[in-house]
Amino acid sequence: MDFKNSTFMYLIGGFVGIFVITQSLYFLIKAAKRGKELGISGDAIKKTIVSSAVFAILPSVSILLGLITLSYSLGLPLPWIRLSVIGAVTYELPAATAALNALGENISNPVSNPAAFSTVAWVMTLGCITPLIIIPLFLKKIQGGIHKIQKKDNRWGDLFLTAMFLGMIAAFLGMGVSSGLLSILTLISSAAIMGVCGILVKVKNVKWLENFALPISMLGAMALSILYANVLPAELLK
Amino acid sequence: MMNQTVKSYEAHVHTYGRIWMVSALIMMLLVPVSMCVYFNAWPGVMPVLKGLLGVAPIYWTVCTIEVFTYAPMLGSGGTYLAFVTGNITNLKAPAAINAMQAADVKPGSEKGEAISTIAIATTSIVTTVILALGVLLFAQLAPVLNSPVLQPAFKNILPALFGALGVVYISKNWKVALTPLLVMIVLFIAVPSLANSVSVLVPVGALISIGAARILYKKGMV
Repeated sequence: MDFKNSTFMYLIGGFVGIFVITQSLYFLIKAAKRGKELGISGDAIKKTIVSSAVFAILPSVSILLGLITLSYSLGLPLPWIRLSVIGAVTYELPAATAALNALGENISNPVSNPAAFSTVAWVMTLGCITPLIIIPLFLKKIQGGIHKIQKKDNRWGDLFLTAMFLGMIAAFLGMGVSSGLLSILTLISSAAIMGVCGILVKVKNVKWLENFALPISMLGAMALSILYANVLPAELLK
Repeated sequence: MMNQTVKSYEAHVHTYGRIWMVSALIMMLLVPVSMCVYFNAWPGVMPVLKGLLGVAPIYWTVCTIEVFTYAPMLGSGGTYLAFVTGNITNLKAPAAINAMQAADVKPGSEKGEAISTIAIATTSIVTTVILALGVLLFAQLAPVLNSPVLQPAFKNILPALFGALGVVYISKNWKVALTPLLVMIVLFIAVPSLANSVSVLVPVGALISIGAARILYKKGMV
């Protein structure tokens, strides 16, 4: 049995899932009680639950599709665990890549040994742990009004964040361009599909697509890479 | 009198919110710890640090700013829950805002806090259930996912992600993107073996990009 998909890993996944559901139910019940105390009608509370549940379906399926793209290299349970708690494909994939790179391994292949696997798990976990430390320590103060400071010169703040992401994207794009024709073609395909999705969302007002643009672009480009690999002459793809 | 109940309720939220959040922190750390114990495979400190170098500087900053941005919007209860379950920008925050609008309550008000928490809790449950069902279903399909026909697809997962992300970010900020993109593409083409050190090059790319953005910002070009 492959260690990545071992019963043990599924058990951890199940445990994390149960934790998240228990915590959510606890908060749900507390908030519903508080809502009633404040005079919100039971009907309004029910409506909030139903409409939020419906609202969550499409983004959740989109998260699931992202999980599947990670499963080849990492098995199903680890991406499942990570995406059930903080984390999104856009974070977990660079994190796993960085961890495997540090070991001289590659995200394009299934992780072959438990030591590399646990390194990936550590990097994924520690790389976005900050809210779980900041919030218990400082949320009370933040809610007390500290957030007003942050609004000063917001435009540079936004630009700073965007620039950081662009730096990361530039590094990975550079790597993609240097990894051969198949990689470049996949990159261009993914960009093209995303472009088309963007036009459909903005110009044609296809709202539901907004949630699915990223997984559709990723899976579409990955599907096309199979086509390219089979159609193009092998010597071109080296 | 009313003020006192408000205060005690707020205090109560912070108490149980902290307990849950610290439990979540322990649980999240226990995942890699239990993997190391069970597989008897502890990673070296250096690979973990080197891996973190590629993501932590960016994501620690982003996560911290997310806390400051979303906490006032989601309310205390909502924040304690949303930051455990994640997917805030694409799911929790819009769900909470939608719910508050529909119920005609204001973000930051007490009623807003209750409605926002209910919305976040519900979406968390739905996501967790859908992921669990999906994983059960796909566990049956594992042999298909591992078939050689699909190999090129999974080998190209990184360009598939960054092509799409690139379009979104570059089209919105092409002036800022130009410098880091040129530097990185030239660098990787000149030294292809750098593909194995991408985790080191991510912070380098980020610094170049921030520098370029600052210059453009000062000159009023962005």
